Amino acid sequence: MSCSLLHTQVADEQEYALADYEAGLPRWCPGCGDHGVLSSMQRLLVAEQLQPENTVFVSGIGCSSRFPHYVKTYGFHGLHGRALPVACGIKMNRPDLTVFVVMGDGDCTSIGAAHWLHATRYNMNLTALLLDNNIYGLTKNQTSPTTPLAHASNTHPYGSSLPPLNPLQVTLGLTNASFVAQTAEWVPAHMYATLRAAYRHRGFSFVRILQRCPVFTPGLYSAAVKKPDTVELLVHDDGVVVPELDGLYTRQQRHDPRDIDAARRLADAPDQIRLGVFYRNETNPVYEDLLQVRRRSTDEKIKLLNEELDRYAV
Amino acid sequence: MATITQDRAETAHTPAAAAMRPPQRITQHILEVVSDSGEGAQKCGQIFGSVSAKMGNGVWTVEIIPAEIQPPPRSAPGASGNRIRIGSAPVTNWGDETNLVVAFNEQALLGRHRLGALADNAIILIDDQWKSHDNERIRAEWEAAMLEMSSRRYRIIGVPMEAQCLTLVDDARKGKNMFALGLLAWIYGRDLDRIREEIAFAFRKKSEEVYEKNVALLELGVQWAEQNLDFRFEVPPIGTPEPRVVMNGNQALALGAIASGMELIGMYPITPATSASHSLAEIFQQYGGILHQAEDEIAAVGFSIGASWSGKTAFTITSGPGLALKTEFLGLAVMTETPLVVVDVQRGGPSTGLPTKVEQSDLLASLFGQPGDAPHVVLAPATIEECFHAMITARRIAETFRMLVIVLTDANLATGVQPFRRPEPVADWFAPPPDLSPVPDGMKPFQWDPKTGLSRRFIPGMPGGMHTTTGLAHDESSRVAYDTANNQKGCAMRSRKLAVLHSTLTPPTVFGPDSGDLLVVGWGSTKGAIEEAVERAREEGLSISSVHLRFLAPMEPGLKEIFQRFRKVMTVEINYSDDMGDPYITDENRRRGQLAWLLRAQTLVDIDCWTRVLGEPMRPGAILRAMKSHMPEGGAA
Repeated sequence: MSCSLLHTQVADEQEYALADYEAGLPRWCPGCGDHGVLSSMQRLLVAEQLQPENTVFVSGIGCSSRFPHYVKTYGFHGLHGRALPVACGIKMNRPDLTVFVVMGDGDCTSIGAAHWLHATRYNMNLTALLLDNNIYGLTKNQTSPTTPLAHASNTHPYGSSLPPLNPLQVTLGLTNASFVAQTAEWVPAHMYATLRAAYRHRGFSFVRILQRCPVFTPGLYSAAVKKPDTVELLVHDDGVVVPELDGLYTRQQRHDPRDIDAARRLADAPDQIRLGVFYRNETNPVYEDLLQVRRRSTDEKIKLLNEELDRYAV
Repeated sequence: MATITQDRAETAHTPAAAAMRPPQRITQHILEVVSDSGEGAQKCGQIFGSVSAKMGNGVWTVEIIPAEIQPPPRSAPGASGNRIRIGSAPVTNWGDETNLVVAFNEQALLGRHRLGALADNAIILIDDQWKSHDNERIRAEWEAAMLEMSSRRYRIIGVPMEAQCLTLVDDARKGKNMFALGLLAWIYGRDLDRIREEIAFAFRKKSEEVYEKNVALLELGVQWAEQNLDFRFEVPPIGTPEPRVVMNGNQALALGAIASGMELIGMYPITPATSASHSLAEIFQQYGGILHQAEDEIAAVGFSIGASWSGKTAFTITSGPGLALKTEFLGLAVMTETPLVVVDVQRGGPSTGLPTKVEQSDLLASLFGQPGDAPHVVLAPATIEECFHAMITARRIAETFRMLVIVLTDANLATGVQPFRRPEPVADWFAPPPDLSPVPDGMKPFQWDPKTGLSRRFIPGMPGGMHTTTGLAHDESSRVAYDTANNQKGCAMRSRKLAVLHSTLTPPTVFGPDSGDLLVVGWGSTKGAIEEAVERAREEGLSISSVHLRFLAPMEPGLKEIFQRFRKVMTVEINYSDDMGDPYITDENRRRGQLAWLLRAQTLVDIDCWTRVLGEPMRPGAILRAMKSHMPEGGAA
């Protein structure tokens, strides 16, 4: 059996330290969940000793999409909702690069929703993070698809009228989904372990990160933050196991991430926060593998093109 | 032998009557094959055009396409087929009215008649099964059609196409096109061996039996024509020693993209652009190329930008509605100075418009469609040959200037088939693999040369080049910079690059004398028709010249100087403009042709225009009439 999560490699000597991945001081609000994600990510970069010049962070537009500016690798900070097409183009052209995608909830589940569905189906070897604070922050407090029902915002001052979209359900319902996980910014150890599992998975790893916006959704998840035993951890050797959380997070369920039916059932629970790997399948086809071609030298191309032109010769 | 109604009728002649008469020698002829969709008239026309080119004729073919795949049979607007102009000199456009038609039914013919596509003395070969059809309604439709066309002096000859084909196949719908090809082969003396080769290629994925059946139908058509027709035409070939190739504009774009060394396209299906991607899909991977059919037009360009940013310049191909969807990403390419080639195969608009038909209405949208100041290059090849070479030029400019390059072609170039000088690929055309050597110490990702705006592009994998490329206003280090000075500088640097490119261009060549009464300015696929009209005008003693533009942004140099040597300047374009004399239209409120608008702004010359949006290429005869009615007042200079 092949399982990439077991192939942990420990560098003898660490070439890159934390400082090698730091770029500038983040300009997010104090208390923003984005800070925690950035810390976990930089920790992962150090742990995996990723070469900065061969690592790329791609983002869209929104608070969280400033992420690439704060990591000293290559970055592409593009259009609202369109991080995934750019990331897919990079990965297809350069499978040698490690590519992370950072999106917000408006970015991924609203304006860029079509790309989310199709990127899941392409199953390219990307690590995609959905930094989901259930609100539009950068544009100042508008309802997003994941905003809880009845939550008041500037666009719905009397409370949102539609039930929130569940990104886990959507992703788990898609053909060729290969890695779906959920973690929370207030449980850094779990977040780090989840990011690492996502990075090590070969295929499109989708991680939804539950976050609070200290300005517009500060009360979100307050029960879960205060009472860890209301949160359920999904644990499995093939998923995420964080022994240091055992004391605090007593509700744990063993869930085999290969079981798609169980995964869908576990995701379909609006009132129960579950963290862990819901689904993982490394046997799904990976798009860049299917399209990879042998690059040709100019001489080879000239020879082929001459043959082709001869077919059109008069 | 069937006869046709009343005095429109004509029976085919006695056997071998024609064979004894020598063919009529002519220098050019326009013929077309029309049928219901799905009856293969297009394939028939394509093979005829291809063989004519191979026999050394000048050729220009145009597809006659309804927008639907299978519109209702026997309907006038559903006519589908191919129109071929052949000549003893290079043919640069589709010409005027059609001289000879092979029609599979009278409704398809009627559709062409109603469009005014046929010459008054056109010869028409038509399947006459409908005249005596079992269905009374069909017989009545035939009668009505013949009556409607009786105002013209067409020579209509009934051909028992259905009956003849049924002697060889069970379903005549799947064989008439080869029979029709046989008729044409005999009339124009085409080389049957070459036709057989083309049939073998067209059906290369089918069984040997399919090939043999098609060849038998072809030969049946030849035999019938030989025994029944009393006329033949001879269009002598051009004596051209140089090797030539024959293809349509979309095939030329595809091969040009390969010749440019580009290795990745993100695309989404849209008419009439998609056949370029079909051509690429067949062969691109042999060249190490990747074709990604994206989930939508936006993702297609985003994917290409991602690929370009991480290495070699990539490209995307679309048409008007797709160009509109890509707008935001085009602005991003400009802002991030990511090289990108975008081909827009223009069709009729606005909105879904005329999906299969030609128009030149995207010029202003491609120049100014991006919100914010987004300087970039717009190129317009004028011939099928130029479609090939434009891709090489576009790729090179995109990479050298870190720039978006939009290539505007149109449905006329995309589907027109024309022989041209065979390209001889050289290594210089092909983009080399990206150089990923380390970034020199201290160099910044937007280290603009203040004089030229040029800077070295950093590509992932280059040690020391780590930075985040952003669509936000940024400084030379690619740091987000909202301050006034940086924004002014960034805009200036991106704009400066266009001026530098402009400084490398040479003024366009005037077709005809470089001064006179009237100068016609064109762009894109109208070149051949305009120049033919100018030639005819000069034969009539009119002082008219023309000039054709390839670079629309930056505009080619020296235009104002050229314009000042003519008493009047006008554009001829396939886009909408108000005509002077229309209700409410004044010189002040008149909306002009898109190039006219641009040239007026650029040169401050009072430029007139004549434009039409008929969903078809310009006819030289129509341009000639328009030029005559636009001559400057006060007689010749």
